[in-house]
Amino acid sequence: MSIQELGTEQEVAVEMITCVIDGFEITVPKGTLVIRAAEKLGIQIPRFCDHPLLEPAGACRQCLVDIEINGRAFPKPQASCTIPVEKGMIVKTQLTSPVADKAQKGIMELLLINHPLDCPVCDKGGECPLQNQAMSAGHSESRFEGVKRTFEKPIAISSQVLLDRERCVLCARCTRFSEQIAGDPFITLNERGALQQVGIYEDEPFDSYYSGNTVQICPVGALTGTSYRFRARPFDLVSTNSACEHCASGCSMRTDVRRGKTLRRLAGDDADVNEEWNCDKGRWAFKYEVAKNRITVPMIRDAAGQLQEASWPEALAAAATGLKNTSAGVLVGGRVTVEDAYGYSKFARVALGTNNIDFRARRHSGEELDFFAAAALTATYKDIDKADQVVLINFEPEDESPIIFLRIYKQVYKRAIKVISIAPYASRGSEKLKAKLIKSAAGNEIAAISSLSGLSSKSVVLVGERLVETEGGLSAVAKLVEQSGAKLGWVPRRAGECGAIAAGATPNLLPGNRLVTDAPARVDIATAWGTPSLPTEVGMSTDEMINSDLQALLIGGIDPMDIAPDAKIKLAKKFVVSLEIRQSDITDIAAVVLPVAAVVEKSGSFIDWQGNTRSFESAVSQSLNRSDVRILSMLADEIGRSIKLTTVKAARAEFDSIGNWDGPKIAMKSSPAKAVNAVADGEGILSSWRNLLDKGSLQDGEDNLAGTARKSVVVISGSRANKLGVKESDLVRVSNNYGAITLPCVIADIEDSSIWLPRNSLSSQLIRNLGVVSNSVVKVAKA
Amino acid sequence: MSKLTPVLSANWDEADSFTIAGYKRNGGYTALTKALAMAPDEVIQLVKDSGLRGRGGAGFPTGSKWGFIPQGDNKEHYFVVNADESEPGTCKDTPMMMANPHVLIEGVIIGSYAIRANYAFIYIRGEVTHVVRRVQQAIEDAYAAGLLGKNILGKGFDLELVLHVGAGAYICGEETALLDSLEGFRGQPRLRPPFPAIAGLYAKPTVVNNVESVASVPAIVNKGVAWFTAMGTEKSKGFTLYSLSGHVNNPGQFEAPLGITLRELLEISGGVRSGHKLKFWTPGGSSTPIFTDEHLDVPLDYESVAAAGSMLGTKALQIFDETTCVVRAVLRWTEFYKHESCGKCTPCREGTWWLVQVLKDLEAGRGSEADLDKLLDLCDNIMGRSFCALADGAASPIISSLKYFRQEYLDHLTAGECPFDPMAATLFSSAGVK
Repeated sequence: MSIQELGTEQEVAVEMITCVIDGFEITVPKGTLVIRAAEKLGIQIPRFCDHPLLEPAGACRQCLVDIEINGRAFPKPQASCTIPVEKGMIVKTQLTSPVADKAQKGIMELLLINHPLDCPVCDKGGECPLQNQAMSAGHSESRFEGVKRTFEKPIAISSQVLLDRERCVLCARCTRFSEQIAGDPFITLNERGALQQVGIYEDEPFDSYYSGNTVQICPVGALTGTSYRFRARPFDLVSTNSACEHCASGCSMRTDVRRGKTLRRLAGDDADVNEEWNCDKGRWAFKYEVAKNRITVPMIRDAAGQLQEASWPEALAAAATGLKNTSAGVLVGGRVTVEDAYGYSKFARVALGTNNIDFRARRHSGEELDFFAAAALTATYKDIDKADQVVLINFEPEDESPIIFLRIYKQVYKRAIKVISIAPYASRGSEKLKAKLIKSAAGNEIAAISSLSGLSSKSVVLVGERLVETEGGLSAVAKLVEQSGAKLGWVPRRAGECGAIAAGATPNLLPGNRLVTDAPARVDIATAWGTPSLPTEVGMSTDEMINSDLQALLIGGIDPMDIAPDAKIKLAKKFVVSLEIRQSDITDIAAVVLPVAAVVEKSGSFIDWQGNTRSFESAVSQSLNRSDVRILSMLADEIGRSIKLTTVKAARAEFDSIGNWDGPKIAMKSSPAKAVNAVADGEGILSSWRNLLDKGSLQDGEDNLAGTARKSVVVISGSRANKLGVKESDLVRVSNNYGAITLPCVIADIEDSSIWLPRNSLSSQLIRNLGVVSNSVVKVAKA
Repeated sequence: MSKLTPVLSANWDEADSFTIAGYKRNGGYTALTKALAMAPDEVIQLVKDSGLRGRGGAGFPTGSKWGFIPQGDNKEHYFVVNADESEPGTCKDTPMMMANPHVLIEGVIIGSYAIRANYAFIYIRGEVTHVVRRVQQAIEDAYAAGLLGKNILGKGFDLELVLHVGAGAYICGEETALLDSLEGFRGQPRLRPPFPAIAGLYAKPTVVNNVESVASVPAIVNKGVAWFTAMGTEKSKGFTLYSLSGHVNNPGQFEAPLGITLRELLEISGGVRSGHKLKFWTPGGSSTPIFTDEHLDVPLDYESVAAAGSMLGTKALQIFDETTCVVRAVLRWTEFYKHESCGKCTPCREGTWWLVQVLKDLEAGRGSEADLDKLLDLCDNIMGRSFCALADGAASPIISSLKYFRQEYLDHLTAGECPFDPMAATLFSSAGVK
């Protein structure tokens, strides 16, 4: 157990142990490894296989030190990464023990005999633990005059990860990570002796959502990312701490940029959130910012219906003209920063004088708005660490919030905690969590939620945004949590949604969770904003705005195909001002297009599912930091109702100064459940979620990443397969009046009435192909 | 022949010694009846009192090992026999299982009863197919005779015995690597602690004993502690199998009390091959530092051999006469260790790779005296730095050969080639035929 983990378990009284390292006394929690106790003294013992988040291996032997306990010396140097400190222990590292020093230098010399001297062309050169420690703990000259072991190089262990076996020092970090952290033991050490090598099972690649972490923790250049290989030297990169924009997990990230171009993103360290890991999407999906269809200048649609480039003053004037003195609304999108969401929120209320604002570019409901206002979302990663059980409701953490998955898996691996999943079938993720599945057809989750028992205040209930697709589902969860005292987490898929709620980018809430219908709450905001009054009625939701006769809409980053098949057609009838980074279905129909910055080009913050602020700075130094809020501020000026948020910093400061509503919360209204869909023979209830790697627009251009996306399949039950006369992998056709999808089938333990399809994957884009995403009856037939 | 004390090997020359009938005729399975009438803890105490030490090389007291298994822990316990005899020169368990498999099975049942295990495994080296078949047959016969399975001899003790065949890796003789292999993983040593007695096979308390250790137990049960401790030396009690091989007139297994000397064993085995004289020998297999003719009178027990600078190991006495090039012999052993290194840790994996290259050069007469110092320094960087003892075994013959035969290494360099005729050392050369 590492210090870090002991630190998080503060309520457990930890016995402290005092020992002496290189003459210095140090007191550390019991169980601390010698190598880590030494770190606390600033004594760096060289190491390769050791990693604080992996179980000790003792394989590389680089960290040998001399140890004596109560006057009895170990006869030979010991691996400090495998031995916990003990009372009366006296440790002599390379700094004070000539034996340890020689042992370490000897190991280093041995490690290098078969390591190629290709640092000048190796991606790791310049940031390589082997290179660095060879300098600090090695001889300047090798005495090896023999023949080095060679391998064919590189070999692809997946489309994303390449392996140079001759560089590998066989520390087993990658294989231990895959087994212990990700639960994907698809790489392993094969062969023996100097021919030992990391390998995959024949024809079964390293198909893990977390494979990029192995590249990051590889202490040499043996594992490299296909997309980054040979692209840059580490010393040419400028690194910026950043936050991940891909989901609500809240990963700390590092963005590495060379001459204004992002070349690489790495997982950042944050013990409370992502520890040191991230998912492959967060790591390898960033080319969208340099896509060919990026928009860099404002555009106005001319009389002939063509978008023409325009100056900023022209474009702002055109947008203002279309938006003012008319009925208008704002569609924010789920990917905005808190600062931008706050800008949209204030813009709607102040510049447009309306509560018609919604960030939800997905299925949504009025019940959900109530839930935002009423639910106490208190669960955190630390609660998962201590949970007696975790309940997942319409939430597939591996696909929809991969760091939550890692955190639950950690406890499953270490403590075998109980996981319950309410889902149509056992996904690969829930199988890895050994989850007890409460099989529920879409629309039938409420019965499953009501059946839950044995939850306590140590239990964590995690609800996915998809529960909104079942009427009454969120009410049932609110009731469950109220009755059991369990901690509740609501986990949206997109990074901006929690921040958008906090910023009041919803029709029923003002910033800081203040109800628009609550006069004292409105006073707070009106005072802060210096406006005489604020609109008092709950505004329209996304669907209502699209279907309404509103004349004008201001639209942030949304894809109408995430909402409804006919959304684009309906929106096209309105005056649309689009704030976008790339050409899209919205810019296609917009009257005015205003270009905004991508995440790496701007500063800001997201709020993760725990409610923590995840701030980041602009990684690209040449950018104009043209965050949405700055443009909204200019636009408001142009309309004549200033929102005075001229910079991201100003927006942040004003948002922070407002604070959260400290008055009473409203109680959640109970929404009645709708009758479950009945199905006839040859029909099925559609269920779906988005796979982590899919056709999402932020993954555009990442072909290597797409190579590890899970294959699109339709999941059916065994009895359905029998009725249809199909066997595994046979083609099955799913159709309705709108359209059809034909895919190979997988036969699984799914409710007989249900079928499952990926929501937005290759050959299975449900809104596009079927017009619906779930909880809808479709025809199922042999293709 | 008076020095010999045949116990395990007493009936090897009977035509049916390997059958259950042959074994029973000579008193087989009577110890089991006795043991099952005792309390399990009494059996453990008996073995502790006998002073029986592990015959697989390390010499750890067998009774203590059994006593480490936590009792009353409501966990399954496992009894595992290490029959992965793979070290160059070591050849005691294989002939014993061939000629007398039932004494092993009887020992397994007694040991399992003592530690309260209901499952036992014999992990046997995969290459010895004939022995595998014989032990398998013996197990089936024991089941048929009600000696294995449910309610053994009507005493209410259940034991399932499984023979597991290894896939040919020396490292699987290391007990934790053996357990990994037995569980179906690639055999690589595990981090200790936890020790197998606490978390062994499938993370349950497990005893891992060498074949000969286990097979020695029935005789101790039958004939008593006094009989056993009357043999051997103060701290190395009892009888054991010494295996003589190489340049010796009558190679084979010789069962004698611990503390016998090589001089005595050579007398019994007809001496070094005729017309030649002893040059060097291993006391306990290729991983133990070599001895020379100055060690002929070292008592072959755990303490005396250690005091003389080597290890009793598996009592595999490989005899080399003056026709043998020590550099060549050491190179062969080193190649073995390079081939068998599991690859887990750096010093063994990389070190053996390098050692072979250095020794090949030296054997061919290439290099300078400085290379000998480099070789020794390299051994110093390998010995005691590795994860398990395999690398120590690789370095030992090199260090000891340089200690006793440094001049012979130098002679190679002076001559620019190996000064020995390799043919002369072969047993089929005219000089070697007796």
